[in-house]
Amino acid sequence: MDFKGKDIISITDFSKSDINVIIKYAQKMVPYAKGKEYTRILDGKVLSSLFFEPSTRTRLSFESAMNRLCGRVIGFADPTATSQKKGETLADTIRMADAYSDIIVLRHHLEGAARLAAEFAEAPVINAGDGTGRHPTQCLLDLFTIQTEKKHIEGQKVVLLGDLKYGRTVHSLAYALSLYGAELAFVSPKSLQMPKEVVNECKEQGVNPFSTSKLEKVIHDADVLYVTRIQRERFPDAEEYSRVVGSYQINKAMLSNVKEDLIIMHPLPRVTEISPEIDATPHALYFKQAFNGVPVRMALLSLVTGVML
Amino acid sequence: MSNVEKVSIKPMKIPRIKNGTVIDHITSGNALKVLRILGIPKQNTYTVSVAMNVQGKLGKKDIVKVENRELAREEVDKIALIAPKATINIIRDYQVTEKHKVELPDEFRGIACCQNPTCISNTGEPVQSRFIVLDKEIPRIKCYYCQREPDDISDRII
Repeated sequence: MDFKGKDIISITDFSKSDINVIIKYAQKMVPYAKGKEYTRILDGKVLSSLFFEPSTRTRLSFESAMNRLCGRVIGFADPTATSQKKGETLADTIRMADAYSDIIVLRHHLEGAARLAAEFAEAPVINAGDGTGRHPTQCLLDLFTIQTEKKHIEGQKVVLLGDLKYGRTVHSLAYALSLYGAELAFVSPKSLQMPKEVVNECKEQGVNPFSTSKLEKVIHDADVLYVTRIQRERFPDAEEYSRVVGSYQINKAMLSNVKEDLIIMHPLPRVTEISPEIDATPHALYFKQAFNGVPVRMALLSLVTGVML
Repeated sequence: MSNVEKVSIKPMKIPRIKNGTVIDHITSGNALKVLRILGIPKQNTYTVSVAMNVQGKLGKKDIVKVENRELAREEVDKIALIAPKATINIIRDYQVTEKHKVELPDEFRGIACCQNPTCISNTGEPVQSRFIVLDKEIPRIKCYYCQREPDDISDRII
């Protein structure tokens, strides 16, 4: 695939070999992401960072990635200070960002927002999360993390745990792991099971995920435990949220029978689903995973602008 | 025997048309939605007849007859969404001159709205709804924008 000018909307738009290209290129970006080496490849380029929803890691890592490549960033993290407040459509906001910049990074609370943005922009649009829909760059950094830690993704036994209904990161990840033939187990309360569209996407890749509400059925055999937060902000009503919040909490006692090299990942932020006592164990990988967002996003910014290291 | 009893009683529910299009084998109860999808009849134009819940060989069905208008295939194919077994008959001088089954197009726009209330296509943005057809045999579609597959598209016809 020629990445120059390409929109990054959903991981389902990419083949396994496309993803491998991004992962490999991201490895090359690591020393630059850590500030150990220096480059000016995106000097003179401007990125629009349009965050209609709160974000810490995605927004900061995109901005860090652009800055590490010597590009500039414009945008907002609080849409109430924009013309959206006056009733401007997303389409018009995107037209403006397109006029002012070379790349558009968009996070929005509505599903399909990034795909719509791509219709109105000449510049490449990168989806930084659209409602409960997709989050392809999180997916890529998750794959990068598994590849880096485990040396290969194929055949890994991966447990996706928590809010699988509203959690967009797991939707993208389940599909991508299927491309690599990973063994998947979905663990969630019954009301937060993986949507049928995502299960179908996995099956179309020849992977038949095992679904259960009991973590103890699958944790002992897992290579990767991917934990997600039960997201209060996604629930249509507070009562439904209160029924499932606190369904799972990973603590040291639960890890007594797990594989020695099990890695625990989390897209963060976490609340109570991973006890802080896990942080100091060799299983905890979520902070390293969060750093990996920088080299992966540097690779993407470089690829879509067509200016290579 | 009275005069009334002598009459052969086999009433024709809709009269034959001389020229135009007959859409047959529409899933029972969906004729009015078919008309809505096709955007017919337009005011003060051709005559349209509708029969609903007609007993056919394969069970109940709806039929639509449009006089003096030959509907193009690509125009009619989008009704496969809610009437996958429908057939299109082009009538000229009372004779069926063309006949074919409907087939879903690869994509269609503006016919139905996405059932996902938090899909961007439902929020007043300057775009039409847009669906990608995943399976033409057993109609399966997904929203181009939010990628969700609706449970029952017939309820979402605009």
